[in-house]
Amino acid sequence: MAPMTTDPKLIRNFSIVAHIDHGKSTLADRLIQMTGTVAERDMKEQLLDAMDIERERGITIKANTVRIEYPAKDGNTYVLNLIDTPGHVDFAYEVSRSMRAVEGSLLVVDATQGVEAQTLANVYQAIEADHEIVPVLNKIDLPAADPDRVREQIEDVIGIDATDAIEVSAKTGQGIPDVLEAIVHRLPPPKGDADAPLRAMLVDSWYDPYLGVVVLFRVMDGIIRKGDRIKMMQTGASYTVDRLAVLKPEMVDVPELGPGEIGVLTASIKQVRDTRVGDTITHEKRPCAEPLPGFQPAQPVVFCGLFPVDSAEFENLREAIEKLALNDASFSYEMETSAALGFGFRCGFLGLLHLEVVRERLEREFGIDLITTAPSVIYHVYMRDGSMIELHNPADMPDPSKIDRIEEPRIKATIMVPDEYLGDVLKLCQDRRGIQLDLTYAGSRAMVVYDLPLNEVVFDFYDRLKSVTKGYASFDYQMIGYRADNLVKMQILVNDEPVDALSVMVHRDRAEARGRAMCEKLKELIPRHMFKIPIQAAIGGRVIARETIPALRKDVTAKCYGGDVTRKKKLLEKQKAGKKKMRQFGRVEIPQQAFINALKMDD
Amino acid sequence: MSAELADDWRQGGFALYVHWPFCEAKCPYCDFNSHVAASIDHELWADAYLAEIDRVGALTPGRVLNSIYFGGGTPSLMAPATVEAVIRKAADRWHFANDIEITLEANPSSVEADRFAAYRSAGVNRVSIGVQALRDEDLARLGRLHTVDEARRAIDLGQRVFERVSFDLIYAREGQRLRDWEAELREAIALGTEHLSLYQLTIEPGTAFARRKAAGGLQDLPDEDLAADLFLATNEITEAAGLGAYEVSNHARPGAESRHNLVYWRYGDYAGVGPGAHGRLTLKGCKVATEGFSNPRTWLENVNAGGTGERPPVQIPWPEAAQEYLMMSLRLAEGTDLARYARMAGKPINASTINWLASAGLVDSAAGRLLASASGRAVLNELLAELMREGD
Repeated sequence: MAPMTTDPKLIRNFSIVAHIDHGKSTLADRLIQMTGTVAERDMKEQLLDAMDIERERGITIKANTVRIEYPAKDGNTYVLNLIDTPGHVDFAYEVSRSMRAVEGSLLVVDATQGVEAQTLANVYQAIEADHEIVPVLNKIDLPAADPDRVREQIEDVIGIDATDAIEVSAKTGQGIPDVLEAIVHRLPPPKGDADAPLRAMLVDSWYDPYLGVVVLFRVMDGIIRKGDRIKMMQTGASYTVDRLAVLKPEMVDVPELGPGEIGVLTASIKQVRDTRVGDTITHEKRPCAEPLPGFQPAQPVVFCGLFPVDSAEFENLREAIEKLALNDASFSYEMETSAALGFGFRCGFLGLLHLEVVRERLEREFGIDLITTAPSVIYHVYMRDGSMIELHNPADMPDPSKIDRIEEPRIKATIMVPDEYLGDVLKLCQDRRGIQLDLTYAGSRAMVVYDLPLNEVVFDFYDRLKSVTKGYASFDYQMIGYRADNLVKMQILVNDEPVDALSVMVHRDRAEARGRAMCEKLKELIPRHMFKIPIQAAIGGRVIARETIPALRKDVTAKCYGGDVTRKKKLLEKQKAGKKKMRQFGRVEIPQQAFINALKMDD
Repeated sequence: MSAELADDWRQGGFALYVHWPFCEAKCPYCDFNSHVAASIDHELWADAYLAEIDRVGALTPGRVLNSIYFGGGTPSLMAPATVEAVIRKAADRWHFANDIEITLEANPSSVEADRFAAYRSAGVNRVSIGVQALRDEDLARLGRLHTVDEARRAIDLGQRVFERVSFDLIYAREGQRLRDWEAELREAIALGTEHLSLYQLTIEPGTAFARRKAAGGLQDLPDEDLAADLFLATNEITEAAGLGAYEVSNHARPGAESRHNLVYWRYGDYAGVGPGAHGRLTLKGCKVATEGFSNPRTWLENVNAGGTGERPPVQIPWPEAAQEYLMMSLRLAEGTDLARYARMAGKPINASTINWLASAGLVDSAAGRLLASASGRAVLNELLAELMREGD
């Protein structure tokens, strides 16, 4: 019987490395369109980004895959598998495992902008995965395009040969056929032994309401068939393959897949948590000897509390979080009780974008109004008795007299910025307790590397960076370990009551400034009440900053006669309904938005 | 239902409100049910009012009527014969109190003032004149069709024709400073009426002012602080002149309060007759809200077809009635009878709420009554929201 799998010589697997906005998704759209993979009438922008949030923000969160059939000029029809990876640093782990599933990358650089920090981080991942890299200069149709300068920059900064970089415009379609030919002729075909025991890498998995858990995988060796009994080598669990398919990008069933091929399977797996990204899939009966190297689970680094605005919604929130977790194994949660906010969840995220995406999905897809408390990193609190506590909620801070020292996570941040904004960037990093590690130039762009405390970055660093550089800076980071510093817990008291959800860990030297900024912000954010409200920031029992919200002076309906009583009652009902968007602390109502906005600094 | 609640309305009394929906022009701040009509068949309208009074009278036989109020719209555009017929019909249906108050709202234009004597003969004994401002430029801005001179003449004539006269002013106008208003208010007091209604300008949704504001106009309206200062100054000046605030926006010599409006604020029963008129009636021990069709044509056609001009009445559960009572009575200087509230609500207002509001200087409670203090009255909406939340 003739093999039904594709000859590896006719397969090319690749990913696209690019900075946000440099046109990765548009290029993917164009490749799909030009090969007729998707009928013209089904074409929509950012085809591979299925989530609303991905489309709206122009970002990719989940890895997505498409199988393209391309009749090349040499007369052969090739199977091109594109894995579209997330571009954001929060999802670096998703990128790294996707990279290992393919042999080559298109490095897309905006010919008007040049190389950005994020491009660097991802291209190094591609280099680490031994990829053949084809540089593509996009937006060549724009008058500001400067391909020669950008070629030079690619060679200087990244250190790869850009002589044969392909000039394209994903928008107009110019150069796309050259990209397809380059994929076929410049990227290597996959290797692999069809007769060896099955060895496939679990690239990603997600929950589909109709199909259950869908697993995206890449076959390294052997052949996988529908009905096979398979085993996950890390978890040890076995399943029967119910369905085997390729993504075009919709699922098209196939009977079997061989070396070099990328596909999806379903196997009555109940939740995404049962599948570990990076795990090795093999046959139960004839397993491979060695699992694939490099498995590591994603670790949350940023934590915050999520509470329903309306405490009666707690059960709905629990259900929503559980449903969301089915499809996102990288996010952790456990129940939390706050004196101020009642029942909620302490959740861990890969980074701030991840946090925002999860919060937005909870609000949007499940319709729950949420209070998000101050994001925190994990502090290592070393006690005098020699023990160490991992603190991810300032509210759990132990008695300071029993603490020997507190260590905080540090990151190495790489920022690329046009030199006219360099001064502002240096000031921002300095203000955030950064230590400069490196400063180099590539043309008119500077690359600065800083050692920064993660807690100074988790909240609004990226927003501030964008704002001081008018959006021209790019930013990427990696964790570099823990270091002790003079850290204290700062409490906020509203009307003399401590509000635990507003407690933050701060550096002692920055406490006064942070405390003042938070008190000033809260003064704007909390509406006037019938009485004046003191707002204080305190360390231990000592007040370090104070503001007062003056009392409301006038709010009375001038005219109210017999006929108005019904209408007035409706107005008061509305006023009461508005109060449901707030939380009551003693006699003070704090609007939901205040918890997060109080932390934003306008430095 | 306890007999006590069935008789609860007696603590506020019983009144008849008659709504005349037509105006010569619509004022840009007004969100009342008023319409400008090309022609009006006065006889048809008179018949309809009489039919409605007959209908409501049959539901409330034998009651003593404390007040009749002709409001609008512009009731001084009503034919005096219609006013007279309505008063006669009310006298047929109910027993007039010895001191019955019969008020008609009037515009101070000369044409309307000329009819004062005819209204007096028809039985009206009190007139409430919509003066609104004693500055010609402000009258123009408020869209009024009269001048300050006309207003002064109308007040003068009103005082000669009727036993009792009140007039309205609107303050916190665009660009108005504290000193401007204090001077204008003193001029108003010098006109010597026994009653003044002094309203802060409120931009109501759906009005011409609201549209103007949304389009970026009316920039110079007073801010919260100035509004508060204007309000407090108004109370002090009227108090010193012997016209204390017996309600948020109403000022009178002792004994000269509007008996009609007291029925509302003391949460008595009132029959509302006419397009868009609201009523509250205690029938068979239940509090019922009534509301006329607001479109004048719909109302007229329904009544003259032998039906009713009202939407189906809505029963107000007593705990909800308690909230209405609280909302209305706390506007009054005399405040809320806490025992009466508790009877309606089925439970008293939380004592700890009253205590903290009292300690914040927003309310006083004495002799079984809850009163808003001067500063509490200025933030009455918030105060009510707080009290009503506790009442949930």
